[in-house]
Amino acid sequence: MNLEQLKPELEAAIPGCRLEIISNPSPSGQHSLLIGPEHALDLATFLRDTPHLRFDYCSNVTGVDWPASALPGSVKSKEMEDGTENVEQDTNAEPTGYLEAVYHLYSMQLKHGPVILRMRTEDRATRVHLPSLTPIWRSADFQEREIFDLFGIIFDGHPDLRRILMWDEFTDHPMRRDYVEPDDYEYEPTAHDDVLRKTMHHYSGNA
Amino acid sequence: MTTATLPPSATLISQSADSDTQLLEVSMGPQHPSTHGVFRMDVALDGEHVVKLKPIFGYLHRNHEKIAENETYLGSMPYTDRLDYFCSITNNWAYALAVEKLAGVVVPERAEYLRVITGELTRLQNHASLVGFLMQDMGASGTPLMYAFREREKILDLFEALTGARMMCNYMRFGGCRCDLPEGWLAQAKQVVDAFPRFLDEFERLLSGNEIIMARTQGVGVLSKELAINAGVTGPMLRACGVNYDLRKVDKYGIYDRFNFRVPLGEHGDVYDRYMIRLLEMRESVGILRQAMRDLPEGPFTDPKTKVRNFRPKPGEAYGRIEAPKGELGFYLISDGTPNPYRYRVRPPSLINLTVLEDMCLGQNIADVVIILGSVDIVMGEVDR
Repeated sequence: MNLEQLKPELEAAIPGCRLEIISNPSPSGQHSLLIGPEHALDLATFLRDTPHLRFDYCSNVTGVDWPASALPGSVKSKEMEDGTENVEQDTNAEPTGYLEAVYHLYSMQLKHGPVILRMRTEDRATRVHLPSLTPIWRSADFQEREIFDLFGIIFDGHPDLRRILMWDEFTDHPMRRDYVEPDDYEYEPTAHDDVLRKTMHHYSGNA
Repeated sequence: MTTATLPPSATLISQSADSDTQLLEVSMGPQHPSTHGVFRMDVALDGEHVVKLKPIFGYLHRNHEKIAENETYLGSMPYTDRLDYFCSITNNWAYALAVEKLAGVVVPERAEYLRVITGELTRLQNHASLVGFLMQDMGASGTPLMYAFREREKILDLFEALTGARMMCNYMRFGGCRCDLPEGWLAQAKQVVDAFPRFLDEFERLLSGNEIIMARTQGVGVLSKELAINAGVTGPMLRACGVNYDLRKVDKYGIYDRFNFRVPLGEHGDVYDRYMIRLLEMRESVGILRQAMRDLPEGPFTDPKTKVRNFRPKPGEAYGRIEAPKGELGFYLISDGTPNPYRYRVRPPSLINLTVLEDMCLGQNIADVVIILGSVDIVMGEVDR
């Protein structure tokens, strides 16, 4: 799928949407389309329903963490062919970094693809909201939950946004680059602790 | 009192339904023999009918993706064996394919043939044991499963002779395979493949026309074409709904365009169709194996120009996917030029096929949940990662 042809078409169909082609220098040549979150739902609906596009199948949804420290390398590698405007945007984003959601779309009906969509949050701390594309593609359901769980992106409009792999009481996001493993996972008192305490008490001879 | 112990969602359902009925919440799993691993379903039942089903997993979660980010590219290869531990070779293949796309590695012809041969053998043993498990779930205790395992052992013996391990094969390398075929392997493999259709005939005679199996599976767990596509269901489950989407035909990765095979399609999308599709796919795999073994060329089994040690792809990203026995297995890699991948993502087919589990089970009997889950073909090593 040629993104250079697709981009003007999308821009014409959805007025005011922000689009940017992110080129991929690797031999795979899978370039991607950075989209503004505010028009993501319209754009996804258009990609799915337009007869000659028909991206009815959202294969892979994943998150990527770009902390500020990882960004200079990524600007060099990923934005090489882009114009001056984009470089400015990235230098603005540099101090905070961002989280990214990546969607790989294919068409089962027309058997083409992939078109790769990316969405970026404003920063990595509080403004981590992105629109959920689960209403368009159900296959994003568990995968967006996984991103919420492991990266901490909050998907607005997701029908059932809960932790999926980690337990509900867990607070951190393990796939972030700066995640530090806790010293002790067993912060919850268990029945086992009680038994142990009684045993120790018994052995100490104070009973 | 009747609904006091239920979560709010279940209570709501009981109010909207007939007010005389009582909802019963059952937690199936995680230590239940039919859940194919440590997997739990929160099921709300109205009589015997399922009105709510939420799959709960993560018990086997070890953050495979994070481990791989701290590991070299080659270092992750043996870890991929542990994803879907029934099909380690196809896991290796998907990962190798993604890295080859990322780094632009060319695979020699003999290696491609070796990949097809081992990959299709993997498909044979996965489908055979899945059908056995499905029958076990249905209460056909032992016999069909042992028949399937008898055949599976023959294939695992071949894997052991080739790679040194029955299940954790760790066979692929970027640009080829780890080792060439040992002496006499091909003759033995031909024997196993030639004997396989007889096993399939026997299996079909035993099962396909069985009245109990037909009664238990036909019209059970029906999945519509539209929902299957929208929910990203792949593999035999998707084709059982009648969608012609097989990556071996669509992407033609490797050398699959050289083989003559058909893609079996179902009509109803029920459990019986899923069972039948797997039997038919095994027959097609036997055909592919015969062609591949006949045409296997001489030559190097790995690309001599690809350095395995200190492997550093240039910055960029790639998504590689193959038709694994359970569905589309994809690897998404981002390289930043260092020896470790910046981002390593597995697209697990079993996890995404579970998205529609609730839709298939609603309104069915509790006893059917077990076989619907069995027909999805999940492996928790891959779902939880």
